[in-house]
Amino acid sequence: MNGFPILSIMLVVPLLGAIACLFSQAATARRIALVTTLINFVLGVILWANYDIDDAQWQFTERADLFAGFSYALGIDGIALMLIMLSVFLMPVCIGASWLSIKTRVGEYMAAFLLMEMLMIGVFAAQDLFLFYIFFEAGLIPMYLIIGVWGGDNRIYASYKFFLYTLLGSVLMLIAMFWMANEAGTTSIPALMVHDFPAGAQTWLWLAFFASFAVKMPMWPVHTWLPDAHVQAPTAGSIILAGVLLKMGGYGFIRFSLPMLPEASGELAWLVFALSMIAVVYTSLVALVQHDMKKLIAYSSVAHMAIVTGALFSFNVVGLDGAMIVMLSHGLVSGALFLCVGIIYDRLHTREIDRYGGLAINMPRYAVFFLLFTMASIGLPGTSGFVGEFLSLAGMYAVSSWLAFVCTTGIILGAAYMLYLYRRVVFGVSRNPDAAALPDLDRREWAMLVPLAAVTLWMGVYPESFLAPMRADIRWLNERLAVASPAGDAKLMMPASNGPPSGLPATVQRVPVQEAH
Amino acid sequence: METYGHSLNLIAAELVLMVSALVLLLVTAWIGDKASRSISIIAVGVLAVCAIITVPALAQGAGGLDRVAFMGQFTADAFAAFAKLLIYISAAVALIVAPAFFGRVGAMRAEYPVLILLAVLGMNMMVSATDLMTLYIGLELNSLTAYVLAAFLRTDERSAEAGLKYFVLGALASGIILFGMSLTYGFTGSTDFAVVRLALTGPLSTGALFGIIFVFAGLAFKISAVPFHMWTPDVYEGAPTPVTTFFATAPKVAALALTMRVAFDAFGEQAGAWQQIIIFMALASIIVGALGAIGQVNIKRLLAYSSINNVGFLLIGLATGTAEGASAMLVYLVIYVFMSIAGFVVVLMLRDDEGRPIEAIADLAGLSQARPALAWALLAVMFSLAGIPPLFGFWAKFVVFQAAVNADLIVLAALGIAASVIGAFYYIKIVKVAFFDAPSGRNATGAPVSHKVLLLLSCLIISPLGYLLTPWLGALADKASSSLFFVV
Repeated sequence: MNGFPILSIMLVVPLLGAIACLFSQAATARRIALVTTLINFVLGVILWANYDIDDAQWQFTERADLFAGFSYALGIDGIALMLIMLSVFLMPVCIGASWLSIKTRVGEYMAAFLLMEMLMIGVFAAQDLFLFYIFFEAGLIPMYLIIGVWGGDNRIYASYKFFLYTLLGSVLMLIAMFWMANEAGTTSIPALMVHDFPAGAQTWLWLAFFASFAVKMPMWPVHTWLPDAHVQAPTAGSIILAGVLLKMGGYGFIRFSLPMLPEASGELAWLVFALSMIAVVYTSLVALVQHDMKKLIAYSSVAHMAIVTGALFSFNVVGLDGAMIVMLSHGLVSGALFLCVGIIYDRLHTREIDRYGGLAINMPRYAVFFLLFTMASIGLPGTSGFVGEFLSLAGMYAVSSWLAFVCTTGIILGAAYMLYLYRRVVFGVSRNPDAAALPDLDRREWAMLVPLAAVTLWMGVYPESFLAPMRADIRWLNERLAVASPAGDAKLMMPASNGPPSGLPATVQRVPVQEAH
Repeated sequence: METYGHSLNLIAAELVLMVSALVLLLVTAWIGDKASRSISIIAVGVLAVCAIITVPALAQGAGGLDRVAFMGQFTADAFAAFAKLLIYISAAVALIVAPAFFGRVGAMRAEYPVLILLAVLGMNMMVSATDLMTLYIGLELNSLTAYVLAAFLRTDERSAEAGLKYFVLGALASGIILFGMSLTYGFTGSTDFAVVRLALTGPLSTGALFGIIFVFAGLAFKISAVPFHMWTPDVYEGAPTPVTTFFATAPKVAALALTMRVAFDAFGEQAGAWQQIIIFMALASIIVGALGAIGQVNIKRLLAYSSINNVGFLLIGLATGTAEGASAMLVYLVIYVFMSIAGFVVVLMLRDDEGRPIEAIADLAGLSQARPALAWALLAVMFSLAGIPPLFGFWAKFVVFQAAVNADLIVLAALGIAASVIGAFYYIKIVKVAFFDAPSGRNATGAPVSHKVLLLLSCLIISPLGYLLTPWLGALADKASSSLFFVV
């Protein structure tokens, strides 16, 4: 792969597809979009296949001095690789989910989605501070259009809220970036990741970054844009929002806040913990009382993301591993759940839970997939959710047993609201004749659900495939954070440092084994 | 050594402008309005000739004593050249879009191009002025033509009202500037910027401080900075749209360049005194511009508030008081000019079935279905004005805020950028009307080719492709601003 600019090509392919879609008729635009996203998926697989776990931290680097003030620099580490894979994997599903449900202005819709794909890959691949910012912010424009043009009844309010909330969060980050670039004399992210900023300034910088990433994540109390945006967005918009856009917040923490500002991260971890604990319990309780399926899943996303933030700031390898797996798992599972909602929404055009019931009778295959993803969301062993949540909680326990305790209640509440949702929609007798007459999955829906289910199980059964590329980067990050690591209250002998205590699953035990050689 | 010939050589572009404006005036008197179209074309040609004369000064980064003409009254350095080129571009656009607009109501008169040329002459003097007297002559020449231009549609009440308002308030502002200049002269003993600068070294007397404040107050009127912005929405709305296009671009560039030269050159030693004023005006302009725009129903009024908002961001660059800030302002001005051109050309292209111009924002509803290309152009302009990447408008805010942070004005930068979110609200409202709302059915297609070409060019510049210009643009702006900081 030497010298082959695969990352640039992954950016250019969707861009060209978007331009082509803009000038195409509906049927052609759908095909162009599907082919484009599949090509990008194949490129993603090639990228993963050629990513060398034992090689340098930054691979596939490209650099060109096209601009004044910042440079066009791309490159990925294992963490970015996994998130890029998530993006390119979800995109064909999004196109499939919009195949029939989007009937108006299809060309523009597909163009907006392909543009979105380009910007998402750009965010994860950017190695320059300001290039990252441009990709990060630019995503607002296509998403604003997707929600506003093709969204539900209350789409205008939701699109405004989404746009202004995320914009307000991000602009302060830009000021922090200016300060950092001026102080360190470089805009290169890898260089900034090893630059030691003065401890006094770190707090302010950290808060500026936090404003942006907390909104994007979203963390309580700035999460309120998310349920509105999710409910009003078209199905594919929700998938991409939950699947990838929320991960940009987590990626921001792991790429900027933690490595660049370790001392401030340590000092302010209590803030993250407090907000995470509130979010887990509060949003889970809110999810319990929802009547709208999408809103319920949206609140569950906030709860899951709170587990991610708690685990990210646990300052140990297990927690960081767990946070990453929860992010990947949540990307798949919440995307799949939104897809499941979209499938019945396309048939009945309502998201009211009470309008459904007894779907297991007339849609048995659908019920199976919905059950699988419900279980994965709850964190049933064997699904991706379990691995992520287990590692996250184990990591959190090392730093704060209260945090782990409160977040565990989130898992229990998660089981409550998800099972309650499932019971009301799928089990019981058919209360509504129109819901009872719904046809089961067609071939297009099979084609979307099967890959999602397969990867969910794969990640649940053999997470090593996903952990391996990130291992070196997470270990590096952990060493970088060691200076600021809080003492913790659990007095645990963590497996990463002192051998595996009995009872931990294979994934955790592998860490020291790998370190031995 | 300075000779008369050398001085004349430095004002070559102004001589060309003056002679051709007077000759064309005679031609209009002789031939009448029949010739208005050909005179417009000749006027664009004159501007092109002036641009060719002006380019070398910028390319060489000219500055220093040998660029000073008439014993310090006039300076043709790289900074002036930069501003002049922008003024030529803006004026040429105002000339190109005019015939179609005025032609529809049969009001295209041959005086229009002549007035534009005279206004350009005045603006050239403004940006080159290094003496308070030259400054005032240029300012008045520009202002007087502007009053006439605002009232150009004599039969239209709104246009006449705009002209009258502009004249009354503009005359007041000129008076304020003159008062400030008289105080400055009285306390420094000279009208020459270099001498004023030397005389103002050290502790500042109250009288001189008042002089500085009054000069800046008058200039704030010309750049429509808060709290001297009240005339802007009325004049922008009332003036014929090609004239509004002109007002939003060329005089803004000239007045801001003039403000920069006065601030950095004449009052350069007293940066501490004017910095507070500028910081207040910057934040107030950003916030008032953003809040005022929210309730507007007329797109020209909205663009007027948007220009107030943009002046606020530009003044953040001025508040830094550094060469980097000055360079950032120049980059911002370039991008702002192209955003404004694109925005007003879109407005000029909006029309209903009978060819009447559309100005109400509500009538833009569903523009994306009636005229997709125009709607996408409007989207690009709006997101660009809001400073959302990847559009080029982001770069304008980027350089200004970077300069502010590097000059340790972090609180100002943070407040300014947070207030920019308020502005984003009304920009995305326009996008919402054009893209999300059901079609109003009022938008008819069709526009002159010249408008389409202008829109395409300006949209290409404000598109992400504009970033490829950044190294070149940055280098030119650096050259221009360094010539401004050349201390005699």
